[in-house]
Amino acid sequence: MMLKIENLHAQIGDNEILRGVNLEVAAGEVHAIMGPNGSGKSTLANVLAGHEAYGITGTVRFEDEDLLALSPEDRAAAGLFLAFQHPVEIPGVGNLYFLRMAFNSVRRRRGLEELDVMGFLALAQERMKLVEMDRSFMSRSVNEGFSGGEKKRNEILQMTILEPKLAILDETDSGLDIDALRIVAGGVNALRRPDRAMIVITHHQRLLDYIVPDRVHVMAGGRIVRSGDKDLALELEEHGYADLGLEVASDRSASVGATP
Amino acid sequence: MTTVTSTARTSATAAPTVAELLSRLGFRPSGPSPAWLTQARHASLGWATARGFPTLKDEDWKYTRLGPLLDVPFERAGDGDGAGRRVSPAMIDALTIDAASTRLVFVNGLFAAELSLLTDLPEGVTVTNLASVLAEGGAGLEPFFSRPFGEYDHAFTAINTVLAEDGAFIQVAADALITAPIELVFLSDAHGPPVMANPRSLILAGPRSRVAVVETYAGTSGGVTCTNAVTQVVLDEGARVEHYKIQDEPDAAFHLALLDVRQGPGSRFSSGSVALGSKIARNEVRVRLEGEGAEAGIDGLYLPRGDQHHDNPILIEHAAPRCTSRQLYKGIVDERGHGVFNGRIIVWPDAPGTDASQTNKNLLLSDHAEVDTRPRLEILTDDVKCAHGAAVGALDEEALFYLRSRGVPYEAARALLTYAFARELLDLIESESLRTHVETLVAGRLSTDSDGTGAHSGD
Ligand SMILES: Nc1ncnc2c1ncn2[C@@H]1O[C@H](COP(=O)(O)OP(=O)(O)OP(=O)(O)O)[C@@H](O)[C@H]1O
Ligand SMILES: [Mg+2]
Repeated sequence: MMLKIENLHAQIGDNEILRGVNLEVAAGEVHAIMGPNGSGKSTLANVLAGHEAYGITGTVRFEDEDLLALSPEDRAAAGLFLAFQHPVEIPGVGNLYFLRMAFNSVRRRRGLEELDVMGFLALAQERMKLVEMDRSFMSRSVNEGFSGGEKKRNEILQMTILEPKLAILDETDSGLDIDALRIVAGGVNALRRPDRAMIVITHHQRLLDYIVPDRVHVMAGGRIVRSGDKDLALELEEHGYADLGLEVASDRSASVGATP
Repeated sequence: MTTVTSTARTSATAAPTVAELLSRLGFRPSGPSPAWLTQARHASLGWATARGFPTLKDEDWKYTRLGPLLDVPFERAGDGDGAGRRVSPAMIDALTIDAASTRLVFVNGLFAAELSLLTDLPEGVTVTNLASVLAEGGAGLEPFFSRPFGEYDHAFTAINTVLAEDGAFIQVAADALITAPIELVFLSDAHGPPVMANPRSLILAGPRSRVAVVETYAGTSGGVTCTNAVTQVVLDEGARVEHYKIQDEPDAAFHLALLDVRQGPGSRFSSGSVALGSKIARNEVRVRLEGEGAEAGIDGLYLPRGDQHHDNPILIEHAAPRCTSRQLYKGIVDERGHGVFNGRIIVWPDAPGTDASQTNKNLLLSDHAEVDTRPRLEILTDDVKCAHGAAVGALDEEALFYLRSRGVPYEAARALLTYAFARELLDLIESESLRTHVETLVAGRLSTDSDGTGAHSGD
C-alpha cells in the first residue's frame, strides 16, 4: 500500500477537525475526495504535507515509512506533493529560482544529479509547455499577483517538475476556466503511472470526467463517511450531500455546510 | 556586599567628560591649518564641552547607550605607529566594487596614498584628500566647519570638527557627468590600544552635474576602534548625486556617522546604506531640501545580530516648496540584535506642495531580537502630502511551509524568505556593479553556514 491512514485525528486548540480518518491508496490509483465546505479536506491534505499547526494522533504510513515523523521537506523528498487550495504569494522570491531550488533540493535528497541553470531552464520550459504557461511567469515572484487560475497552473507546473509518487490536488480545478481545466487535467494525466498515485479533492464532478478516479470518498465532519466507485460522484452531483444519510449527524461540523 | 563593591567600581571608572576624552585624544589646536579652522575647532571644543555627551534622555539618542563606547580608553590614531601596514592591497580589492575605479583609501581617518587610485580622473572632477586641500588654505571650506550649532547637533559631530584631519574631497564642476562610482574606503585598524578616527569628507556637486560615490567602512579585526565620521554633501541647482554606504566594520568596532546633505533647487539626491558590522553603529542622515523641487530618496538596510546595535536616526527637512522625499528602511534582526529606526520629517512653513513618505519595516528572526521604530512627522504648513508607516513582524509561517513542502530545507527556506525581505531595497540600487556587490554582502550574511541540517537527510 502506498498510503495507509489509520484513525487520524487533528486538532487546533480545542477544535478537533479530523476525527478518525481511515484511507488506503495503492500505487497507480486515483482517489477523489469530495464533501461539504469545512468538512476537513484541506486539513487532511495539510496534515499529510506536514503542516505544523495541528495536534495529531493516529498513524500514516507512506511506502512503509512513518510519514508523520518526517519534516515537510523530507516528505517532499520521499515523493509527496500537495497542490494547495490557496497557494501563498511570496514576494521577492523569483519563481524560476524557487523552482530550481526545490527541484535540486529534492534531487539531492533522492540521491539524483542536480541540474545547473541552463539544464533546469530546459526542463522547466518543456514542463511549462505541458501546462501552457508563459515564460514570463518564471521571472516573476512566486505566485505574486498571479490570477487564481495562474496560481493553480503554477502548482501543476511544480508537480510536473518535482515528479512526486503521491500527488494531492486540493481543489486545483476551482477557479479554472474550461480550457485551463483541460490543460491542468492533461498535466495530471501526463504524470499518471503505475507506480504513482493521486488524491484529488474537488467539489465538481466535472473534473472527474478528465481525471477518472478509481475510488471516490465523501468527507464530512472530519471523517470519511462514504466511499464508492466513480458513480458515487455522479450520485452526489445529482442529489447533493443531504441525501447521503451522513452518520455524523450529531457532529457540529457536519451541519456547517450542506451545500458544496 | 558584592553589589556595593561593583557599584563602587562602576563609579570609579565613570564615563569621561568631553574635555577628558579630547585631552586623551590629544587635541592639537595649533596644528598647521588655516586660521579659520583653528577658530572653528576651538568653537566646537567649547560647544561640545558645554553640551556634554548625549544621554538616553536625548530624543535622538534614546535607544543608543553610549556607556560601552565611553568606557573604552580610545587614543588618537598616530601617523607613525605602523597603522596601515596591516592593510594590504588585496584587502582593498576585496572591499571595492571595481578594481579600476577612482578610489581614496583612509586608514584610521588618514589618507593612504599608496592604496588609493587617482589616475585617469575624468574631466570636470576633483578627487583628492581633504588634508591636501586644507594645506593649501582650504579656500571656500570655512562654512563647512563653522556652521552654527543647531538643535540636532551633538558632541560627536563637534568632536569630529575638533579632531578631523583628513577625509575625501570631491568637487564636480558644473555640467560634468561622472557616471562611474568614486569609491571611498575607510579602514579602522588597531593592533595596540583602542583608537578613534575622525574622517571628514566633502562632496560638492556643481550645477547640473552628476556623480556617484560609494563609502565603505571596514577594518582589520583585533583591536577596538571607533570611527566618528562626518560626510557633507552639497548639491547645487539641478545636480544629481547617488550615494551609497556600506558599513561592515569588525564586530568589536564602534561606528558613529553623520551624512549631512543640503540640496539646491531641482537637485536629486539618493542614498542607500547597508549596515552589517560594528558592535554599536549609529548611522545618522540629515537632509535639508533648500531649493524648490528638490528630491531625496534615503534608504537603508540594517542587519544586527549577535549583540549588535544598529541605530538609524534620519532627519529630513523640507524647507522649500514642492520638494519630494522618500525613505525606506528595513531591518533584519537576528539573535540578540537591536535595530532602531528613528526617522523624522519636518515640513517648514515655507514648504507648500511637499510630498514626503517614510516607511520602516522590520523582520525579527529570533525571540531575543529587538526593534524600536519611531516614524515622526512635524508638519508646519498646509498643502502637504505625507505618509508614514512602520511594521515589525516575523517570517511568514505559511510561506515557510509552502517552500518546505516543495523540498526546500528549513534553514534554506528561512534564508530565502529573509533575503526576499531585503530584495526590495537591493532592487533600488541603480548601478548594476554596486547592486551585485551589495547583494553578495547581504546574501553572505543571510546564508546559513552548514550546520549539519542536510547531514541527516539520508533517511
Ligand atoms: N488554522 C485553523 N484554525 C482554526 N480552524 C481551522 C483552521 N484550519 C481549519 N480550520 C477549521 O477546520 C474546518 C475544516 O477546514 P478545511 O479547510 O479542512 O475544510 P475543507 O473541507 O477543505 O473546506 P472547503 O471545501 O471549503 O475547502 C473548518 O471549520 C475550518 O474553519
Ligand atoms: Mg479546502
